[in-house]
Amino acid sequence: MIPKDLLYAKTHEWARQEDGEAMVGITHFAQEQLGDLTYVELPEVGQELTAGAEMGSVESVKAASELYSPVTGTVTAVNEELVNNPGLINEDPYGEGWIARVKLSAEPAGLLDAGQYERLIASEVH
Amino acid sequence: MTTPTVFATSRPGREGVWPEAPKKPASEYIDQSLLRAKPAGLPSLSELDVVRHFTELSRKNFGVDGNFYPLGSCTMKYNPKFMERVASLPGFAGLHPVLPQLQGAGRLCQGALEVMHETERMLCEITGMAGFTLHPMAGAHGELTGAMIIAAYHKDKGRKRTKVLCPDSAHGTNPASAALAGFEVVNIASKDGMVDPEALRAAMSEDVAALMMTCPNTLGLFEEHLPEIVKICHEVDALLYYDGANLNAILGKMRVGDAGFDVVHLNLHKTFGTPHGGGGPGAGPVGVAERLTPFLPISRVIKLEDGLFSLDYDYPKSIGYVAPFYGNFGVLLKAFAYILRLGREGLVRVSENAVLAANYLRARIGQFLEVPYDRICMHEFVCTAAKLTEEDGVRALDIAKALLERGVHAPTIYFPLIVKECLMIEPTETENKETLDAFVDTLSDIVSLAEADPTSATEAPRNLPVTRLDETAAARNMVLTDDL
Amino acid sequence: MPYVPHTEAEVREMLAAIGVDSIEALFAAIKPTLRPKSFDLPPAKSEMAVTEHLERLAGRNAAGLVSFLGAGVYDHHIPSAVDAIVSRGEFATAYTPYQPEASQGTLQAIFEYQTAVTRLTGLPYANASVYDGGSALFEAMMMAVRATRRTRFVVSESVSPIYRIMLASYTSNLNLTFVTVPHASGATDVEALKAAIDTETAAVIVQNPNFFGAVGDFSELFAHAHGVKALGIVSVNPVMQSVLKTPGEMGADICVAEGQGLGLPMSFGGPYLGVMCASKELVRQMPGRMVGRTVDTKGRTGYVLTLQAREQHIRRQKATSNICSNQALCALRALVHLCLLGEEGLTRTAGLCIERAHYAAKRLTALPGVRLLSEAPFAHEFAVLLPKSAFEVIDKLTAQGYVPGFPLGRYYKGLENGLLVAVTEKRSLQDIGVMAELIGGAL
Repeated sequence: MIPKDLLYAKTHEWARQEDGEAMVGITHFAQEQLGDLTYVELPEVGQELTAGAEMGSVESVKAASELYSPVTGTVTAVNEELVNNPGLINEDPYGEGWIARVKLSAEPAGLLDAGQYERLIASEVH
Repeated sequence: MTTPTVFATSRPGREGVWPEAPKKPASEYIDQSLLRAKPAGLPSLSELDVVRHFTELSRKNFGVDGNFYPLGSCTMKYNPKFMERVASLPGFAGLHPVLPQLQGAGRLCQGALEVMHETERMLCEITGMAGFTLHPMAGAHGELTGAMIIAAYHKDKGRKRTKVLCPDSAHGTNPASAALAGFEVVNIASKDGMVDPEALRAAMSEDVAALMMTCPNTLGLFEEHLPEIVKICHEVDALLYYDGANLNAILGKMRVGDAGFDVVHLNLHKTFGTPHGGGGPGAGPVGVAERLTPFLPISRVIKLEDGLFSLDYDYPKSIGYVAPFYGNFGVLLKAFAYILRLGREGLVRVSENAVLAANYLRARIGQFLEVPYDRICMHEFVCTAAKLTEEDGVRALDIAKALLERGVHAPTIYFPLIVKECLMIEPTETENKETLDAFVDTLSDIVSLAEADPTSATEAPRNLPVTRLDETAAARNMVLTDDL
Repeated sequence: MPYVPHTEAEVREMLAAIGVDSIEALFAAIKPTLRPKSFDLPPAKSEMAVTEHLERLAGRNAAGLVSFLGAGVYDHHIPSAVDAIVSRGEFATAYTPYQPEASQGTLQAIFEYQTAVTRLTGLPYANASVYDGGSALFEAMMMAVRATRRTRFVVSESVSPIYRIMLASYTSNLNLTFVTVPHASGATDVEALKAAIDTETAAVIVQNPNFFGAVGDFSELFAHAHGVKALGIVSVNPVMQSVLKTPGEMGADICVAEGQGLGLPMSFGGPYLGVMCASKELVRQMPGRMVGRTVDTKGRTGYVLTLQAREQHIRRQKATSNICSNQALCALRALVHLCLLGEEGLTRTAGLCIERAHYAAKRLTALPGVRLLSEAPFAHEFAVLLPKSAFEVIDKLTAQGYVPGFPLGRYYKGLENGLLVAVTEKRSLQDIGVMAELIGGAL
């Protein structure tokens, strides 16, 4: 469940780059750790995001976690579906469960590739 | 069995406990534009309807009166009944709180002021602190009050102290209270279940206002390095805060003031036998060392030279009001009565027997469930179902639900966060040996069955008013009233 | 020993099972240097002796005065069934309902309480209570800080001075600004409040009826606040809310109340009940516990603590509040009280208080030199200006068994002659008449 074509943050967000923009979301591993999500606090369209800084939060029944932006740029769209159906992140974290689209103002830096991310979560589990 | 809500069973026109009707409607006195457009929609029920409804609801609750309730960290001891009677005496229950603030009217409530004065004095003696405020209305409220006092103390010294340290095993209220008082919270990692003096030393600096500690800690262990911890903090005049949630373990065996703590809150609804009420009201008095007394909240009760009691507001360095009046007086009364009833010897017997019962359970339960820090504990201990989870898929949660099915309230589960699949067990001093033995047998039985039939274990409880509830749906749908 | 059941033989058995030879061995971790320097408490007493002692102390309180004290705490009749129900051990000796299957009684009661207070206030969401009306106002303020990310507050001086001192105390180490807008002869000065609201303002805070008893409509004020994305916070009286225009109707975002008047004894200041209600947008900013309805594995209705991810045991320093214990049993009292009185009973109670307060105002203002502080409409409480110090008049009357009210000079400079008079359904027309005559004699 670690797509090869994405970049990953150590805080378990992913980014998919396409034409100067990036789609961002949280990883399969992250949603599994949190359990069934009950609420997603989305960033706002037009908000400036900085890689590594907070962009929102997610909640499940027993846990809450801040979301950190994996990239730097301006939010151009957010996934409004998540407001009424946060479970989309559990069902399809890399697709229907995307969180925001960001127009990049800097090249993504310091992110992990799929292999590196796989090793990171292997080390967190044990 | 589902009980319909009072709103569903309401029958408009049915008479309840009504006073006489006013001669004219409110609109005769207040312009209609200032009145509500429609009635509120409160239920209309007969007195018997109401009594039946709530009696039925009460039967869907576990309580100490009916069930063994070894909920770790919560000290669910027996709540003596005479205390209720004392608190409801009309001379106390009918007393308006501003009375002593009226000129000369302090003479009209000398009894109540004496209760407060004596309670403060006895709490000082029990904890070894120099002064107490009774105002905080719960444990966490005491923590906030303590953090405000700490902030005021450093400010008065002209220092900028921005950080409060909390061990990673701390109750969640500690970091939350420190944050609410404006501090940055820094977590300190534990080592072998204890505060690690090296980690503390590394985190200590001139920015640190205080260290908040629970002792015995949330694993039920007495902090071995306490004297060294006190020294590390006091070297830079960082204050030591004592979370009194676990005071039941050390009554008469250690006084936190003597041990070097500067601020302490007590949970009267834990250590001093006042009932928890399904989540409150509690009371969280705060004690302080001598140099912090100027910062205590106002008002303070004083004894005048003529032996009369009075309220004093003249403390310019005070943090101000943390409560509208003098705290949860009705709860304070019960704790006062409890302390008088037990006396010196009785209070020592409390900690001795609480610790005895916890160790007895630890020794016996340790034979079939892993106790990760298996040594003499204080009033509570933590065991873990991690092995059961790994081998059979049965979690601490399942064990908790299986206990409910057998009429025992579950221990605290998944706290402290530093032990996986943990169950925190606190039997208290008031449970007899038969109850403790029956609990061991029940728990042992549940563990054996879980190994034999893991699927069945995850289905408990089957015999209560409801089975497991869909908490995810509750959080997603947010139906918080009958109207949503 | 009372409440400790172990016999000597049992203690020996338990010690043997543990593998130590004395209880003292269990305390070996507490080194001699840490042992108490003193533990000088009185010896144990019998239940009878303690009860008698407390009865003597209770007897030294003049709880039987004919009192017109209010100032946020009111002497209403409490139906006997309230005590009978709430003293049931299943309610009183339970903990916070962490195990919902074993706590459906407490949970459903809180759900019903949440429903009742939202109906009274006209705002759709409520929490399970906080400590009192003052801490509720502080929590409301912190909600506004989080929701607006602003730190400036506009507060009317006619909000309870006790609560305003609490707000100032709680926030002294936080970077918040308060702008206090003076009252206008006892009325809430809406125009001045509007003028004080700016684009940095997190919320405007008012009280209805205000501390002087004056009743207002804050619809326009809240609309004005919303115009600059500030919130409207109002503190109300839940008994009067059965007849007064609701915070919901006025467009308030957060409403708080001291719930003491709903079946809680005055008990010298507590335990009381902090009621909190809010709009849908602010639910996640609410502090403390909330109960939600859901279903069990068999599809049956049940209740659980919900939205707990906001709370301290999960979020720790990032929680919406530090609150853990609330006032659950007080909330149950309020609910039972509301059920016993019902719609008609509570409306009658409010109506009686209002009617008698107006009678009292008429009697007092008939005295020479006595006039109402404000021309604003009032409900169950009102302020008069006496021709002399209210402190002295009160002092004189208490000696005669009457407390005619609260001296406004206690908190308001310049109002030393001001007397705040509260009238509940427990004060008869005759009580009012005698009080007025005694004041007449004291002037």
